Parts: sequence; structure tokens; C-alpha cells
Amino acid sequence: MALTTYVDAIKEGIWEEMEKDDRVFVLGEDVGIYGGAFKVTKGMLDKFGPMRVIDTPISESAIVGAAIGASLVGMRPVCEMQFIDFISCAFDQIVNFAAKCRYRWNAGVPIVVRGPCGGGVHGGPFHSQNPEAYFFNVPGLKIVCPSTAYDAKGLIKAAIRDPDPVLYFEHKYLYRRIKEDLPTDDFIVPIGKAALRREGDDLSIITYGAMVYKALEAADELAKDGIEVEVLDLRTILPLDEEAILATAKKTSKVIVMHEATMTGGPGGEVVARIAQKAFEYLDGPIVRIAPPDTPVPYSPPLEEAFLPQVKDIVATARKLAAY
Amino acid sequence: MATEPATKRPRFTHVPSDKTKLEMLHYMKLVREIEDRIERKLYRQGRIVGGVYVGLGQEAISVGTAIHMEKDDVVAPSHRDMGVFLMRGITSRRIIAQYMGRRTGLTRGRDGNMHMGDMNYNVIAFVSHLGDNVPVAAGCALVFKQRNQKRVALCYNGEGATSRGDWHEGINFASVHKLPVVYFVNNNAYAYSTPIHLQMAIEDVAMRAPGYGIPGEVVDGNDILAVYDAAKRAVDFARSGGGPSLVEFKTFRMTGHSAHDDAGYVPPELFEEWKRKDPIPRFEKQLIEEGVLTEKRRDEMQMECVKIVDDAVDWAETQPYPAAEEVTRDVYYEGQES
Repeated sequence: MALTTYVDAIKEGIWEEMEKDDRVFVLGEDVGIYGGAFKVTKGMLDKFGPMRVIDTPISESAIVGAAIGASLVGMRPVCEMQFIDFISCAFDQIVNFAAKCRYRWNAGVPIVVRGPCGGGVHGGPFHSQNPEAYFFNVPGLKIVCPSTAYDAKGLIKAAIRDPDPVLYFEHKYLYRRIKEDLPTDDFIVPIGKAALRREGDDLSIITYGAMVYKALEAADELAKDGIEVEVLDLRTILPLDEEAILATAKKTSKVIVMHEATMTGGPGGEVVARIAQKAFEYLDGPIVRIAPPDTPVPYSPPLEEAFLPQVKDIVATARKLAAY
Repeated sequence: MATEPATKRPRFTHVPSDKTKLEMLHYMKLVREIEDRIERKLYRQGRIVGGVYVGLGQEAISVGTAIHMEKDDVVAPSHRDMGVFLMRGITSRRIIAQYMGRRTGLTRGRDGNMHMGDMNYNVIAFVSHLGDNVPVAAGCALVFKQRNQKRVALCYNGEGATSRGDWHEGINFASVHKLPVVYFVNNNAYAYSTPIHLQMAIEDVAMRAPGYGIPGEVVDGNDILAVYDAAKRAVDFARSGGGPSLVEFKTFRMTGHSAHDDAGYVPPELFEEWKRKDPIPRFEKQLIEEGVLTEKRRDEMQMECVKIVDDAVDWAETQPYPAAEEVTRDVYYEGQES
């Protein structure tokens, strides 16, 4: 069986949903003729035609606003942000229109807004961001951040079928580096469920997105010293899988929370707070956060490397916590 | 469609039947009565606790446009378009209950005033962020085009909203894709306290239309027959595949921005000038001259509206408030769509 890359898994997921459900369509910048800046929509124009694969002006607010309108009259639009950094241009439509319709007047807005996030590819301050925290404080939204090809496919399908607005953050560093055998049958990954990527008794790392791989590498390194690390991949950050978070915290009693979004106000703080509030008596050490410093994402390789959490940093932090 | 003022045209292409004229007069009067009750009475009596925005003097616009909607058309009104809600069949009872924050208002107490919608009536709820409904209406129209349906989306804003980026992005998107949507602009001369000349360096909002490659028209918004005519042309244009168009209605906001605002920044002579152009007495005079209406019937119509609003207020006041436990409900899907 051929291996499917993370980026193709996203594409397959959208493709299959479009074949199955004629309410599903894609719109965004360069998604049609060009097939998308990262080729997520390649071939879709030929297959589904220009009424379902819509090239738009450079107008993120119009892209999301139009998707909202389309969803209100029964469609299931999938919006591409060419880089997820540009989602800030559609912020108002997402947080004030899409997120609040159901609460205010009981109107569902089943849209997906997806796009490439993350650093490690020298994209600089405007092509590397992890802006999930901007939306983490917005009731009415769901936010997913897949780390595997299986999850990439299963979560995009779940997002498209979801009755509420879902922001889908795909990590561009993983696009072609991650690949796996995928089942041929139809499957979804439920939104709101974390996944244990590695079991261990000594310490938990709770993370998501590309940082899952850094955590697993660090875990292998630490295993050599007899420190067994449990790695919990959140997969969905809104709503958080609190049950899984508390379960691993209670199991290992020592927790590192890690993400690629910058430290202050990042989603990790909420994870820490919930553990502190609901599993305090199980803890044998401080809950530690690992995240980039509070700076924009820098371009030059030594700066970007210093910005992104590295395996050696995780190993050092974990050793210290294990010894606490 | 030309950009010259409608008043220069010798006559209107589209003239409503006598029955439709009387229907429009009824709705204009009902809008005025319901908004008068809301702003001048219920709000001042403390029976409506939140902000109140009315379209006093602008009634011809929502009524003379929405009259052209077919059942399956979709509308995204703004905050001075009460006529749209009533003409779509949303009852005065539910509207007053909405303003009073009751469980049976359109938003079940989650939002107030004109922030209401109901997709059972194809009415999209307005958000305070002006111009946001412009791309949203384009999205509805996109679906009508995708599905080859003869439906039209209507979208309303004041001239103030036309300074926002979403307005421009939405109209450009609709124009590029030639979508069946009509953009109406109630140009009521003030954005809160800010006069036109501090909002734009052009005379008419409609002058922006050619920049998007769509027709634009300037219409006397206080003449219901002019509104009816222009709106019909624009709706037909959209329905027949011509794409979007922009219709600007010149009018005047005969109140402050909201009920708390005394509009002290508006020169009194402007209010006097525009009071003489009040669209309701103006239409009544025309109809009486045409023999379509008598003074007696006019007064009866007024009493009918008063009764409808009396009933709505009485009913709304018997309605329960939402229960405190409902505060966390319906943030996400819970198993029933509206």
C-alpha cells in the first residue's frame, strides 16, 4: 500500500467529502487553476468544476463571510487561508459572525477555515505563525491541530461534517515529511478527543501539532536514562479533552505542556490551569510549560531554531522535572 | 441603470398596483408605530433595557425594497430596516419580545434590538460590526448561482458601513463572480455624529459602483414609489443573471444614532427640511390625490397599526424571560436546528 503524506491526507479528506456530499465546496486564493499554494486542492477544479472550486480575490474576510452566507443557506464550505497567518484578516467574520450565530439566533454555521500554520521552514514572521490562541477565547468555535496523516484526514472530514465552525490548523512542516498507510474505508477522527502517542509512567508531555514529534524524540532520548514519558497529542484544542488531560496528569503526576504558539496567553496556560484546579493533589512537581519566547517568528535559521522548542530543551526540562 | 437621480426621470418604469400601494403604506405605518412605541415609550419607560436604533423617516426604504422579495429570497438587513422583518412575516409580537429580552423573542434573550434573524424566514441577523453582512449576502448569492436557482439576496447597510473593508471586499467578491445580490445603502447623512463629508470624499456612495464594474443608482429614499421602482429594477437585474448592483437611497435619520443620543450635532434646519419630506404623509397625500386612499381610511389604518402594536406589547409583557440556566446553552449544536 502506498504511503499517504499528511498534505495528501487533507486533500483526500476534502475530496471524499466533496464526492459524497454536494453541499461541500472549497473557496480561497489560488485554490482552483493553481491547485492551492501547497497543492491541497490540486485536481479539484477538473474534477468538481468552477462552481465548487472557487478562486477568490485576495479577500480573506470575503472568503469567510461568503462561506458563512453559503452555510446559512445549507452548504458546507471549506475556506482555505493560503497561510493561516492571513486568518487575522478574517478575524471579525470568524469571531463575530460565524462563532455567535448559533448562540444568538440558533443558526448553524457549518464552515471550515483551514490553512498551513507553523514554523521550521524559514517562513518568517508572516508565514510561520500559530495563531490558534487568538481564537481559543472565542466560544462557538472549534479548533483542531492534527499531527498525523490519519488525523489530518479524519479531522478534516469530521470538521466538514461538524454543524459548527471549525478552524483547522495544518502544520506545513509536516506536509510532506509525515506519511503513513491510511485505511481505504471511510473514517473520521472525532473532534474533542486527544490521542496517547506514547505511554509512560514517569512524566507526561501534553502537546499538539508538529511538537508531538519533538516530544516523541525527546521521549526516546529520555527512555535511555530510564525516564518513561507519556505523550498526549491533544489533536483538538477547542474544546479540550479534559478527561484525557487529567488522566495522564493523574497517572504520571508530572506534566510538561508544550506548544509552538508563543508562551504568554498560549493554549497551554489553560491546560495547566485545569490540571492545577482538578488534579492538584496528584501532582509531584510544578506543571511546566515549554513554548517559544514571546516574540514574532524570526526568519534567519539560528533565530528560528532558538525560537522553536528543540529536543534538547525538552530533554533538559524533563530531566529536571523527573528529578524534582 | 443610470447614476442620475431618480427624480430626473420623467416617470417610473415599475409602478405598484393600488393594492400593493396600500400594503406598502400599511407597513410603513406599522414600522413607524412599532419603532415609536419602542423608542419613545418602552425604552423611556425602562421596559426595554438595552440600546434602541430606529429608522424614523427611512421607512420607505425597507418597505419599498422588501416588497420585491420572493419567498425563497434571502435578506441581510441592517439596523434601520424594521420593514424587512415585518414584511418577511415576522410578527410584531416576537419583535417586541426580542426588544424586551424575552424567551420568545427571535434570539431568546441572547441579543437585543435589531440583532435578530430567523432562517425560517430567510432573514440573516445583523451584527454590530458594520458591513459584515456584505460578504455574507454574497455567499448566499453564490449558492443561488451554484445551484442555478432564481433566488436573490438583498443586503442593507447605511452609508456609514460603506467605509468598512468588509463592504468593499464583499461587493468586489460579488462583482467578480457576478452574483445575484442587491446592495442597498440607506444614506441617512450621518454615521452616528459624523457627517458625510468626513466619511467619504465623494458625493454619492453609488459613485463607488463603477469601480466594481456594477450598476449604481441614486434614488430619493423618501419617495416610496421611487424606491419601489429602483428596487424592482435591481432585483430583476440580479434575478435575471445580471449580477450585483448598488442602489443608494438618499434619506435622513430623523433621530439620534440611538435612543440615548439627542443628535445635538445635527443643525435643526436639517430636521425641519427633512420633516417636510417625511415619506409617510407624502405617500398618503399622493394616494388621496389618486383616489386610492381617503382620510378616513388613512386614520383607520393608523388605528389598525396601533392595535397590532398594543397587542404585541401586551403579549410580550406576558412572555417569560429566559431561565438563568440557559446561559450556557446553544453555543454549539445541541441536536436541533432552527
